[in-house]
Amino acid sequence: MEEKKRISILTNGIIKENPVLVLVIGTCPTLATSGSVETGLGMGLAATAVLICSNIVISALHNIIPDKVRIPCFITVIAGFVTIVQMLLQAFVPSLYSALGLYLPLIVVNCIILGRAEMFASKNGVVDSALDGIGMGIGFTLTLVIMGTLREVLGNGVWLAGDWFGLAKGFKGIPIFSRFIPGMSIMTMVPGGFFVYAIVMAAVHYLTKDKSKIRNDFGCDGCANIGACTDGDCAAQKQ
Amino acid sequence: MKMIIIIISMVLVNNYPLAQFLGICPFLGVSKDLDSSVGMGIAVTFVMVLATAVTWPIQQLLNRFGIGYLQTVVFILVIAALVQLVEMFMKKSMPALYKALGIFLPLITTNCAVLGVCITNIDSNYTYAESLVDALGAGIGFLFAMVIMAGVRSKLADQSRIPESFRGVPIILITAAILSLSFMGFNGMFS
Repeated sequence: MEEKKRISILTNGIIKENPVLVLVIGTCPTLATSGSVETGLGMGLAATAVLICSNIVISALHNIIPDKVRIPCFITVIAGFVTIVQMLLQAFVPSLYSALGLYLPLIVVNCIILGRAEMFASKNGVVDSALDGIGMGIGFTLTLVIMGTLREVLGNGVWLAGDWFGLAKGFKGIPIFSRFIPGMSIMTMVPGGFFVYAIVMAAVHYLTKDKSKIRNDFGCDGCANIGACTDGDCAAQKQ
Repeated sequence: MKMIIIIISMVLVNNYPLAQFLGICPFLGVSKDLDSSVGMGIAVTFVMVLATAVTWPIQQLLNRFGIGYLQTVVFILVIAALVQLVEMFMKKSMPALYKALGIFLPLITTNCAVLGVCITNIDSNYTYAESLVDALGAGIGFLFAMVIMAGVRSKLADQSRIPESFRGVPIILITAAILSLSFMGFNGMFS
């Protein structure tokens, strides 16, 4: 029974409660870093590392942290881990550090991480929270890789191009379309991000058997501040 | 002259939600009707300018002590505290304004556009005055994008002619894509 529950916590984040496609949170980094598989994977792994660490620490501390100041406490813990990841990447993978740029420090305000801290880690044990972090992280990374693949293949005609964190310098990528037609470079740019995100989400809606789970709009259940909003003071809830 | 270029480029060329993917969550989430999008836009502009005004001197202080790497931690805490303070101050002394803007304030702490503008101002080595103008421009650009989005979305209220899979969030994203496509026309205005 216990085993089964743990496995379902782990798989929840990947499909049933995929943070990006089902809960619709963490949209900014998703759109910004899915231009290629390499940056998408890098962002996904960085965010996953922060998510797992912060989930573990917050679930271990949630009995000590006073309820009133929990959001600032969570943010401090998350910001600490983001700084660690930032410094590690700057030292060991400088190419990824410069490719992610501004979006690396912005992991702090990624709704997925604060949202999981508030909704899961502050209510559950250390092991469950770690599993939830891993599951959600895999779900996030997987979505970024799928979107990165679509945008890269349509935009440049090649797949998996990049330096691969310094492991394969100047790898030109596997040609998919580039022999027949020129790439639609709009797909790697800003509008392409919105287009591909919309199409991937529509595909998920199409494939989802249980239509009742589909979110028709943005509401409070995906918002990171759901616990911070006191008695319907929230703008999204008011609508 | 430089100030005018900064402000126009932040509003049109580097528009935060439509050209830089910053502040997408409120851009998509709160743009349902015109009133709330205007309120959210003004609240974000206000907090952006205020946060820049506070974080720019703090960064100079951090640099002086050689602890610039604490930027992320310090900035997010300062912004969170600032938003709380503004909310409390508004509730007490300006109840009318609080009623209009107050509900948006809790949403702003975790808005990546606010932290984003503070960090970009430091990264691009702006002076204090330039940073403030840049933050103002970013806020106005955000307000501008929100208002356009709310206008378009009011026409989308009847969803019966949209394919079933695209109803809800996907069609909003498609709308945003077309909007950002038109904003790409401003690219290269100042180069």
